Amino acid sequence: MKLKPIVAAAAVVASFASFAQTQITVVNFGGANGNAQKKAYFEPYEKTTGNKIVGVEYNGEQAKIKAMVESKNVTWDVVEVESPDVARGCDEGLFEKMDYSKIGAKSDFTPAAVHECGIGTFVWSTVMAFNADKIKTAPVTWADFWDTKKFPGKRGMRKGARYNLEFALMADGVAVQDVYKVLATKNGAERAFKKMTELKSNIQWWEAGAQPPQFLVAGDVALTTVYNGRIDAAQREGKNLQITWTGGIYDLDYWVMPKGGKNRDAALKYISMASSAAEQSEYAKLISYGPTNTKALAKLDAKTLGLLPTSAANSKTALQFNVGFWADQGEALEKRFAAWAAQ
Amino acid sequence: MTTSTTALPASAVLPANLARQLKRAERRKRLFSISLTMPLLVFLVVIFLVPIAALLMRAVENPEVANTLGRTGEALAQWDRTTTPPDAAYAALAADLAAIQEQSDAGALARRLNSEVSGARSLVMGTYRALPFDPALTPAQVHQRLLEVDARWDDITYWQAIAKNSKRWTPDYLLASVDLQRDAQGHISRVPDDSAAFGRILLRTFEISAVVTLFCLLLGYPLAYWLSTLTERQANMCMILVLVPFWTSILVRVAAWIVLLQTNGLVNRALMGTGLTDEPVALLFNRLGVVIAMVHILLPFMILPLYSVMKSVPPTYLRAAVSLGSSPLAAFFKVYVPQTYPGMGAGGLLVFILSIGYYVTPALLGGADDQMLSYYIAQYTNVNVNWGMACALGAVLLFTTLVLYGIYRRVVKSELSLG
Repeated sequence: MKLKPIVAAAAVVASFASFAQTQITVVNFGGANGNAQKKAYFEPYEKTTGNKIVGVEYNGEQAKIKAMVESKNVTWDVVEVESPDVARGCDEGLFEKMDYSKIGAKSDFTPAAVHECGIGTFVWSTVMAFNADKIKTAPVTWADFWDTKKFPGKRGMRKGARYNLEFALMADGVAVQDVYKVLATKNGAERAFKKMTELKSNIQWWEAGAQPPQFLVAGDVALTTVYNGRIDAAQREGKNLQITWTGGIYDLDYWVMPKGGKNRDAALKYISMASSAAEQSEYAKLISYGPTNTKALAKLDAKTLGLLPTSAANSKTALQFNVGFWADQGEALEKRFAAWAAQ
Repeated sequence: MTTSTTALPASAVLPANLARQLKRAERRKRLFSISLTMPLLVFLVVIFLVPIAALLMRAVENPEVANTLGRTGEALAQWDRTTTPPDAAYAALAADLAAIQEQSDAGALARRLNSEVSGARSLVMGTYRALPFDPALTPAQVHQRLLEVDARWDDITYWQAIAKNSKRWTPDYLLASVDLQRDAQGHISRVPDDSAAFGRILLRTFEISAVVTLFCLLLGYPLAYWLSTLTERQANMCMILVLVPFWTSILVRVAAWIVLLQTNGLVNRALMGTGLTDEPVALLFNRLGVVIAMVHILLPFMILPLYSVMKSVPPTYLRAAVSLGSSPLAAFFKVYVPQTYPGMGAGGLLVFILSIGYYVTPALLGGADDQMLSYYIAQYTNVNVNWGMACALGAVLLFTTLVLYGIYRRVVKSELSLG
C-alpha cells in the first residue's frame, strides 16, 4: 500500500521524461534518396526511441558545418557527407570521432565504409544512362559516349572536373585500374582535358542530380552521366531509362557528427540504427544504392541485388572513386576546368 | 532694448540663460535625432561594414603557416629556395608539426599548402600522423626519417610553399584572382594559360552584364515611355503588371523559364508550329537562356528609374520642337532622349551592378562556360572551403563595382537618382 504513491510518482516522472523527448537534426541531400532514408531510417528510429528527427536538406556545403563548428553553435547532429568531405573535415577537426563500440563490429562493413570520423552509409555510382525508347542499341563503353556519330545528340555531364576527367581517360583507352595513375601525371591531365575538348560543343551541363533523368526524358540529350539511384527512381515512375554500368565510378556517402553537437548519444543511436543490416536492407529496397553493412546483402532478393552498384555484374569494370587523389588535386583541377570551360 | 535691460537688472542674465537653454534644447534635439538613427547606424555597421572589412581582411590574411610552422619559417629564412633546404629546417618542421595540439590546425595548414601545391594535403597530414619522432635524433637523422615517411619531402616545391607563406599576410589570393602568381623568389608573373581562369571569367561577367543591360534598355525604354504618356490610373494598372513578376521569387521565375525554354517547351513548339524553325532551338543551358532570364528578372530595375524621369519631362518641349519645324523622330532623339539620360544612367548602372553579382540564374540556366564570378566565389566557399580565395574574388567584385560607380559619377555628374 505504501509503495503505491512512489510507483505513481515514478510513473509521473517517467511520463514527463518521455515528454521531454530528445530531438535530433539529421541532414541529407533530399530528393529520392532523402525519401528513402526517411522511410527506412527516420521512421523506425522515431518509433523505437521516441526521439524526434528534424530532417534538413542541404547541397553538401561544408562551409555551413565549418561555420557552425567555428562559432561553437552546432545545430546539426548527424550529416550525410560525400567521401572527399569526410576525409577533409576529419583532417580539419570538423567532425566527432566515430565510436564504433556503439555502432557495431567494423568487420560487418565494407572496408571503405569504416572511417575515423564517419561511417559509410551507402554505395552509389556515377554511370552512363540513356533513354531506351529512343536508343535501341545500348552504348557499351565510354568510347561510345564520346562517339557522336554512332549516338548522335547531346551529352549530359556534371558541371565540374570530378568524374568527367576519369570518364575522358577511359574513353581515350586508359584501363580502369590505371585511370588515377595516369590522371596524376601532368601529361595525363592534359590528355583528359584534350579528350573533353573533343566533346565540348556537344555537352549539356547539369548541376543537380535530378536534372540528367529529366534531360533524357525530354530528349535534350542522347546519353548522360548520372547517379544510378536517379535512374532507378525514374524507372519506378515508369520511364524507360537504362544504365550502362561499364566504367562507372562508385563512391560512398558517410554519416558524420559535426563536432560539438548537443545530442551525441541520440545521434550515435541514430547512426547505429541506420547502419544495421535490417534498416540498410529496407533502404536498398527503396532506392538502388548499395548497403555498406555486408550482412544487409543477405536479406535482399536477386532482383534488388541486380540493381545495386555493388552487385558482381555491375561492379566488374567499375572504378572506385579515389578520395585521396581528389583531396590533393581537386582544387587545382577544378580551377583548370574553369579555365578550360572559358576557352 | 537697452532701456529695458537697465530697467530690469534681472533680465541681464536672461539672454545668457536663454542661450544656454537654447543650446540645451538643440542638444536634446540632436541627441534625439541621433538616437532615432542609431539603430540603423548600428545595423549598418554590424551587418554591412564589419563583414566587408572582415572579407577584405580574409583576402590578405595568411595565418595557417605562421601559426604552426614558426621555427620552420625561421630555419628557412636564409635558405636560397633553389637547393634542398638545410637539415635544420627538416628538424624544425618535425618539431613544429609534432607540437600542433589541435588536429584542426594541422588540417588548416594542409589545406593552405595544398591550395599552393597540389599534394601538400596528403604530405602534411601523413607526416603529422607519423609524428613525433624520437627526440634524440640529430637533424640529419630527422631528415632521413621524414623521407622514410614520405619521399616527397625532398621535393623543394613544398618547401618553397612553406617559405613563401610563412608571413602572416599575403598578396597571393588577390594576385590569383587576377591571374597573377608569385614564384618562390617573389617575382610576379602571369599564371600559365591552361589555368588562367579568373581574367576570362571576370571579362565574361562584364560581357553578360553589358548585354543584359543593353537589352533591358532596349526593351524597357519604349515601355517606360508609353507608361509615361498614360493617365495616372492607366499607368498604375500597367505598373502593377511590371511589378508583379518583380515581387515573385527569382527561383520561381527561373524554374518557369526552364519550363518555357526547354527543347519541347512552349517557346520551341511555338517556333516550330509557326514554321520558323524545323528543329528545336537550344535555348537553355547556354548563354542565350541566361541572358533571357536575367533580362526578364532585371527589367523592372530599368523601367522604374526611366519611368520616374520620363514623368518629369514636360511634353511641351517635344511639341515646341515639332512646331518649330523638326521632324517628330529627330525631335524625339534630339530633345526628348537627352532629357532622360539621368534615368538611363541610373537604370543602366543599377541593372549592370546587380547583374555582375548574379549567381542563381546562370548556375541553373547556364552551361559550364556561362558561369559568372559569383559562381566561383560560391565554389571556393562551399566546395573547396578556401575562404581566402573566395574573399579575394569577392574583393575584386566589390572593387569593380566601386570603380564603375565612380565612373558613373564622373560621367553623369549627379547622384544616383532612383526617382
